[in-house]
Amino acid sequence: MGEFTMMTKAGTRYQQRVQQTLQKHKASDKPTYILGIETSCDETSAAVVEDGRKILSNIIASQADIHKRFGGVVPEVASRRHVENITLTIEEALQAAGKTFDDLAGIAVTYGPGLVGALLVGVAAAKAISFARGIPLIGVHHIAGHIYANRLVEEMEFPLVALVVSGGHTELVLMKEHGDFAILGETRDDAAGEAYDKVARALHLPYPGGPEIDRLAKEGTASVPLPRAWLEADSYDFSFSGLKSAVLNTLHNAEQKGTTINPADMAASFQDSVCEVLVEKTLRAAKQYQVRQVLLAGGVAANRELRERLVQRCQSEGIKLVIPPLSLCTDNAAMIAAAGYIGYLKEDFADLDLNGVPGLPLATSSLQ
Amino acid sequence: MRVLAIDTSNLVLSVAVVDESRVLAEMTTNLRKNHSVRLMDNISLLLDELELSPQELDGIAVAKGPGSYTGVRIGVATAKSLAWSLGIPVVGISSLQAVALNACGFTGGIVPCFDARRGQVYTALYQSQGMNRLTEMAAEQIILLREWLPLIAAETAGRPLLFLGDDVALHRETIVEMLGERALFAPSAFNHPRAAHLGWLAIERIEQADDPHSLLPEYLQVAEAEAKWLAKNSATK
Repeated sequence: MGEFTMMTKAGTRYQQRVQQTLQKHKASDKPTYILGIETSCDETSAAVVEDGRKILSNIIASQADIHKRFGGVVPEVASRRHVENITLTIEEALQAAGKTFDDLAGIAVTYGPGLVGALLVGVAAAKAISFARGIPLIGVHHIAGHIYANRLVEEMEFPLVALVVSGGHTELVLMKEHGDFAILGETRDDAAGEAYDKVARALHLPYPGGPEIDRLAKEGTASVPLPRAWLEADSYDFSFSGLKSAVLNTLHNAEQKGTTINPADMAASFQDSVCEVLVEKTLRAAKQYQVRQVLLAGGVAANRELRERLVQRCQSEGIKLVIPPLSLCTDNAAMIAAAGYIGYLKEDFADLDLNGVPGLPLATSSLQ
Repeated sequence: MRVLAIDTSNLVLSVAVVDESRVLAEMTTNLRKNHSVRLMDNISLLLDELELSPQELDGIAVAKGPGSYTGVRIGVATAKSLAWSLGIPVVGISSLQAVALNACGFTGGIVPCFDARRGQVYTALYQSQGMNRLTEMAAEQIILLREWLPLIAAETAGRPLLFLGDDVALHRETIVEMLGERALFAPSAFNHPRAAHLGWLAIERIEQADDPHSLLPEYLQVAEAEAKWLAKNSATK
């Protein structure tokens, strides 16, 4: 028993090798290169980021065309593609960055939330490489990644509030320092991106619906009366299912009466409702917590209307707004490496039992 | 030459390290527990016991399916990532063959079966050549058990058929009903894949190793959404 305890204290050989890599890197004056791996949904992505801020490579093998014919992401199909692409994508990222495994200080991988079968591929690959090469492993929350995409553009200033909007998420997150996340509000039903997809389908627009609605809305006017889900006066939560139903009912009723609604007007009206609620709640949170920055993150951050409105409102209120370029709004591994860099500095390393966690909550005090 | 072998294609998790002449270590568990959590820990434990570093491995062997989609993916993603990052070859081997290897030396037909739901099984028919070689008499496939049994009965001309795999228990009645005394069932230890068998076979095949990038699972069927899409789009033509 005594011997067993001693063995546990010494750790596994893997843990020792990870420590050696860490100490060696700390003793050197080399920049910190983190390999990021992201497979939470339908993009297989790998990236190398220097010191959490500078992208050396960011390779994305998109499956969008494969899922288009199904009208949405099919988890089993996505998982199969990840296995096909995973090592090739990582190799491409290393080559494009001009780095080898020996240059890496850490490997950061998305371990949730997301599609479990998809997450498992990235997690398995990250653990295997970490084990093979003795490189520290960092588990990253996908939303933390989206928020840290902004740090690849501009340094964060705390406190800040981040509006995270994507196909799977609608969240307002308050950050007081690096790696510290407090959720102020989140959606109670559909994510904003989900509502976009469903409304797009009702308007007979192709998948994915977000960009289509955004494009069509520019040709119409917000003339169809639709509800705004403010919820309770002090709530930062969101709800989009009522809005979605209102759109479907309005379209249905018009059809029954034999009248037509201009799809462009409907798109503009829907977008008007979504953006108004997102922007106003964000601004209210920004004022209440006296933030130094507002960040926009997630796939829906590519939406022009949302960007324009946030820019306008933040300008008029004198609040600093940071929006990542479109290429960093959608799922990518550079943002995972950027978030993983904070975990690296905190030496918050995962062990070989790291698992993919589909419903992983965004904890308040750590990247994990 | 030392080969690390991995099988996570069904409930059993088996890892082993073998060289040309010996099994150096092997660990097999049959728990309803998550392979994603346990696989790398088991590999780490095995190599620590052997006082080997990953760099001292010369090849990786993996059961590449058929089996549980997720299980197979965990094994293959791990194996190809290990092999690629270590710069060593990887050999993918049928998960059915892994189980069939338990019965090397048996003179009748060897029939590994994994349940594939709705009366179907993933299966193949092998014949043993001496003690160290299996020949495939009927290729691995997914098939209704009731269609499969007459096929292999005809193929093996009255000889006994040995059914292998934990899932055989689910279908034992049907098998006995259709094959009577020709059907044989193995003691429990024969029903689990042993990674050591995979490692041994991989050493034999190391010259024809796969490029780690192109190593893929063998699911034996397209994803359900894909099948529905194909059915719908061929019907409307």
